[in-house]
Parts: sequence; structure tokens; C-alpha cells
Amino acid sequence: MEDKDTIICRCEDLTREDVRKLIAAGYTTLEEIKRISRCGMGPCQGRTCLPLLAREIAAMTGKDLAEILPAKTRPPVKGIKLGTLEKGREDHE
Amino acid sequence: MSKNTAEVVIIGGGISGCATAYYLAKLGVTDIVVIEKDFLASGSTGRCGAGVRQQWGLKMNVLLSKESIKAYETLNEELDTGLDIEFKQEGYLMLAYSEKMVEQYKKNVALQKSLGIEVELITSEEAREIVPYLNTEGLLAATFCPTDGHINPFITTNSYAEAARRLGVRILTFTEVTGIDVEKGRVVAVETTKGKIFTNRVLNAAGGYSREVAAMAGVKLPTHPERHQILVTEAVAPVQGPMVISLHHGIYCQQAPHGSFIMGFGDPNELKEHVITSTWHFLEEMAAKILPLLPPLAELRVVRQWAGLYNMSPDAQPILGEVPQLQGFYNAVGFSGHGFMLGPVTGRLMAELISGRQPHMDISPLSLERFEKGELLREPSVV
Repeated sequence: MEDKDTIICRCEDLTREDVRKLIAAGYTTLEEIKRISRCGMGPCQGRTCLPLLAREIAAMTGKDLAEILPAKTRPPVKGIKLGTLEKGREDHE
Repeated sequence: MSKNTAEVVIIGGGISGCATAYYLAKLGVTDIVVIEKDFLASGSTGRCGAGVRQQWGLKMNVLLSKESIKAYETLNEELDTGLDIEFKQEGYLMLAYSEKMVEQYKKNVALQKSLGIEVELITSEEAREIVPYLNTEGLLAATFCPTDGHINPFITTNSYAEAARRLGVRILTFTEVTGIDVEKGRVVAVETTKGKIFTNRVLNAAGGYSREVAAMAGVKLPTHPERHQILVTEAVAPVQGPMVISLHHGIYCQQAPHGSFIMGFGDPNELKEHVITSTWHFLEEMAAKILPLLPPLAELRVVRQWAGLYNMSPDAQPILGEVPQLQGFYNAVGFSGHGFMLGPVTGRLMAELISGRQPHMDISPLSLERFEKGELLREPSVV
């Protein structure tokens, strides 16, 4: 399959071609690519795309996969509705 | 390091540092090194709420932000990097809940109009026309400026950096400043984890770490870090044009052009130290503050929360300029939560100062000496 048809980040609709362009432009860490492209910022919070992205970075930079540092994981891990949070607060007020 | 000298060393790869590097290079000073301890926009810039507004109560702030927004309007063309800074120019709606606040907003609007800002004091019914699901209970009035808005801080910073690199600026990421050498009252070198750089001009644009960087040069800055927390929701179809901001509740909430909602609030009990962890308390408090105002947001899922540092100054106004006792040491610090929106004007002013030009605006009221002289500035409209 061609790079432009291969999806890396399904939440933000980024293809292998998109991320390879960014790596070629000098964005060679997961943190940087996440911020410039939103790869990993969607509802899945990077569970699907970031391991794939790490492999692309390793392949293009010639680094060992073990050297590609993971991106920071942020709470709340799974999406929570604002309405649920508000009710939770009422319960312990 | 290939070359161990530079005409100017800029400490901090956020908006202030990258914008200054670009405007300096444009003025012909291209022998510059920008030093960033992590990646670009990894500090306060990339953690901010991404709003840009001109609705201030102090003339200086209106003028600075007006020039910045003008510059942001054409920044894609100016920098020509192929990156889009995602400027969504659909205004800021500022809510007023007390007679005192209405009086203050009337004064603000008169001042802003006199300085050429398109802004109006509007009724609660008019506010509801702009944000149809706004609960207007208790709302006395609002102000609306349609040219305020939202801009992507990561892309803006990287775009400035790419344009600066094209002009010859060197940018060292993942490099930390460990010392600043001073001899006979002037800066002579900057020590980093990748070697020493000899230079006579240094800009401190270190955001949350401005005090610590200045201390390396023996300069005492009256700035301190203060944590501020933010959350972002899943993306949905565009429903909210402007940033909604209520100084009464201390909250702000904006839908990014990408569809997600970004929101935060000012907490007087926030930590005033180098802590950028997030709390569960913030999520619950944020939900409890925002939902009475914007009820339909209850159905939105929070996908991520984070925190960043405001670099607070004693009067919550920036400190810009050269330090009188230390030749060649410049500060662009203490933005107190507004550094990103002032990025372009900060960059231009600092570039003028560092290249030996007269700044195009009188920024002497923003000098470090104002604290000793007791000439503090007072901005009435801050979160």
C-alpha cells in the first residue's frame, strides 16, 4: 500500500506520508510530532498511532527503537464527560 | 558545537525567543543561537490557553496586543514556511456580572475604541446571539471584540523558528544553559550542556524559569512561577465562535478551529513553584464552573489535561529591556500568562533593542527598574 493511503493516526487522519514528511523536516521526537500534527491527541490518546510513529522515526533516523522516547501520557487516560465530573464533585461536596 | 561564538544568544525556545530570533535576523543580525532545554514550545508557550485578545484596561496592553494581532493576521504570508498558525479570528466575549464590572468595562471599551479597536459593550440578549447556548442568568452586560481569537502556539513557534533558521539562525534544542559568565559588568559567555558560547549579548526568554536563568548572571528578578491548569475535550463540529471569558468566575473557554474545547480557570490557591502536574480537583472544579454558563458542554468528554507555568511579575505585567547594571543582558520575562499573545510585538521590540535601535514604542514603563521606583502598572482585566 502507498504511504499516502496508509493511516498512522486514525483520530486525526494522518497518513504515513504526512508523518514521514514531518520527520524529514526535522521533527524527530514523538513529543514534537504530536504537537505539530496532533498525532496522538485524539480520543485514543496515542494508543494506536504512537507506537507506529515511533517505528517510522526509528526507521528514518537510523536510531534503535529503544532510543525513541515515549510521549508524555496525560490524564484522564479515558475520556470523561464534563457532566460526569460535575456530578462526581457534588457527591463529595 | 561547530562554532563557539555568537553575536546574540537567546535562552528559551518559546514564542518570545523564536520571534525575537526571527525579527533580529530580519534586521540583519543573523549570528544568533537559540538555546532550548527541551523541544520548541515545550514550556509556557505550548501549555497556554492559545487565546489572543486586545480587550485590556491599560493603554500599554491595548497597544501591545493590537500590534501583535495585526502581525498574526499576516504571519503565514510573512514567515512563508508552509505552516498555518490556525488563526481563528472570531472574537472574545467578556462577561460582566456586577455593576462595578460593567463600569470598568465601559471605561475599557472607551479606551480601546480611542486606540482604534473594534469593540462594543453589549446586552445579555446580544451576547446570546453570539453564543446561543450561553446561560445569561445574572449576566448584566458583556463586551465583544470580533478581531480577538485563537492561534495554535506550537505551530506559530515552530513557524518563527523555521523562518529564523532560513535566515541563518542556529537553534539548539535539548540543550540546557548551565551558567552565564560575566566580566567587568558585562556578559561574556553562556555555558551549556553542549559547550560554551562566547557572546556579548544574551536575551533571557526563559518563561517559567526566568528568575533562575537571570540568577546565573547574578541578576535578581522579582518573577516567580505559578501553575495554571487546562483541559481539552474531544473535537466536535464548530458551535462556538468566540472565547468566552468571565473574570467574575475566573474562567475562559474556547473552541479551537480543530473542534476541541480548551478551558481553564484562575485558582488563587495554585502552587507558586516549579510543579506542572495536573490534579483531579481541577477537572471537577472546572466542570462545576463552566457548566452553569455553557450547559450543553456537559456532553463533551475531556480527553486530556495538563498544566504550565505563568511567569508572574509583581504587577502582572511583562519586564522588557536591558538590565542597567549588566551590559548585554536583556529580559523578555514576567508575562504573567500573556506571553504568547504578545509574541510578535515582544519579538520586534527586543530585536530593536538588541540591535541597538530605538524601540518603535516607548516601553520604559515596562523596565525592571519600575519595581525599585515603585512605579507599578495595574491591569484591571486579568484571569
